[in-house]
Amino acid sequence: MGLTITEKILLRHTDLTDIRPGMLINARVDVALGHDITAPIAIDEFRKAGGGKVFDPAKVVLVADHFTPNKDILSAGQVKILREFAREQGLTHYYEGGRCGVEHVLLHEKGIVVPGDVVIGADSHTCTYGALGAFSTGVGSTDLAAVMMTGEVWLRVPESMEIVLHGRPGRWVSGKDVILHVIGRIGVDGALYKAMEFKGDGVSALTLADRLTMANMVIEAGAKNGIFAPDAITEAYVKERADRPGILLASDPDARYAERLEVDVAALEPQVAFPHLPSNTRGIRDVGNVPIDQVYIGSCTNGRIEDLRIAAALLKGRKAAPGLRLIVVPTTPEVYGMALREGLLEIFLAADAVIGPPTCGACLGGHMGILAEGERAVATTNRNFVGRMGHTKSEVYLANPAVAAASAVLGRIAGPDEL
Amino acid sequence: MKFRGRVWKFGDNVDTDVIYPARYMNIHDPKQMGAHCMEDADPDFLKKIRPGDIIVAGENFGCGSSREHAPIAIREAGLSCVVARSFARIFYRNAFNMGLPIFESAELWDRVPEGAEIEVDGAAGTIRFLGESGESLAIQPIPPFMLELLKDGGLMKHLEKKRSAGEGHS
Ligand code: SF4
Repeated sequence: MGLTITEKILLRHTDLTDIRPGMLINARVDVALGHDITAPIAIDEFRKAGGGKVFDPAKVVLVADHFTPNKDILSAGQVKILREFAREQGLTHYYEGGRCGVEHVLLHEKGIVVPGDVVIGADSHTCTYGALGAFSTGVGSTDLAAVMMTGEVWLRVPESMEIVLHGRPGRWVSGKDVILHVIGRIGVDGALYKAMEFKGDGVSALTLADRLTMANMVIEAGAKNGIFAPDAITEAYVKERADRPGILLASDPDARYAERLEVDVAALEPQVAFPHLPSNTRGIRDVGNVPIDQVYIGSCTNGRIEDLRIAAALLKGRKAAPGLRLIVVPTTPEVYGMALREGLLEIFLAADAVIGPPTCGACLGGHMGILAEGERAVATTNRNFVGRMGHTKSEVYLANPAVAAASAVLGRIAGPDEL
Repeated sequence: MKFRGRVWKFGDNVDTDVIYPARYMNIHDPKQMGAHCMEDADPDFLKKIRPGDIIVAGENFGCGSSREHAPIAIREAGLSCVVARSFARIFYRNAFNMGLPIFESAELWDRVPEGAEIEVDGAAGTIRFLGESGESLAIQPIPPFMLELLKDGGLMKHLEKKRSAGEGHS
């Protein structure tokens, strides 16, 4: 019986000779990730258990990206815990200040994750690296503490679900719309505990940025991991950035899947997820008149340079609607620098945008862009739960960067064709 | 592993933002986390509950972020366990890792009214309705590995135990 790519990666990280869904395994970990909210708890647990030294200082990555630049005294204390631990342990990868960006963009950008890796992160969107053909999944702080100590993680081998993509996306349609469409179809628990494997001729038409956005949001369907088999696009990206080549794996033709879903990508229009669930999706033509107070373009979902280019193309020579706050956050210093050199930041400034420093910030209702009671925002982020970006009576509508930019100009949720 | 308490009902897809809002995530003392348990679902929740009470929820309880603050807050608020139709996967592992007992039951939510007293018996795999009816429901037994985690008091204590056992051998 053949294996899926997820099963193959996991098998290579154990001493087992066979693997099947449902098995409880201990897998060796290549990259262990924590941030300023989750890592302090992990470090505390690690110390309480007499952790001593981490299993490998080159494989434990700490990124202070959530409440930074430090939002208040408590947050500053959290980051201090990370900094001191990184120093004490001699970690190769510790990021804060001007070297820091949103982790799930920073790690692939810096070549820390390569195809075939097992990546465990104390952050639910750790699933992002599945876009590179790695097995990566989010866990809690205590799991991270255990990984830091032992270099291993307990996992239940997931069943896989195949999502077969057909055709090329239309002009303003991106990976965000594909994944929102899929979540809308299967629901927020539609892939619970499963691996979501994207395949089909439609994959080659997607950029790596699109794939990263899609893998990033599989958790919004309850999945354990999302995965794309690496291709020439992946290989070229990794070669440019990583010291390790990684292992390029693919599912066997006779691999077993629990479910199959077909998606006609060519027929999709931009999608919008209404409050308060990412599955609450509608096509842009069915949105109606929804006035908005804020537009947020950023986050590990859609704050890459590709996203900023799309937004800038639409915002060029235009302005945010009167009374609307437009916030643009390039997710890493590299993205920021590129946006600067390409003239995108100037376009955003001229459009009356606030340009934030690379941080999670408003995405999780942390700081720098909180919503008041009754306010509505269009955000290129991944979650629109109750209170996600501020007051529990505020609303978040998820969309791609093109829809976000058009909405900023028109002051209501709108597609780019309406400009 | 028996838990007795009154039932507090919540619906489907209760996410980690309502169990423990992100605005309190700069807190990392477990005791203080308990003070914000379910705050965005029901601001008066903590005033209503008594130690040992039980949360009964629908599908996909704990969806959203990986924050362990969520199961810790439930544990620290004094609730004894959670019974849901299903759990989001990170919440599921976090609960066992933190030593918060959780149980899956497809039927309980429909059958139990809010405020009723029940007894959850994790070892026997039953939920009993206390009071007149006295009827009981069968529940999924917890997998042996997870049971071991709960018995040891969570993942870290489990690892410590394994480590000292290992050292004993050498
Ligand atoms: S940008 Fe948002 S979703 Fe991504 S890691 Fe930061 S808080 Fe989480």
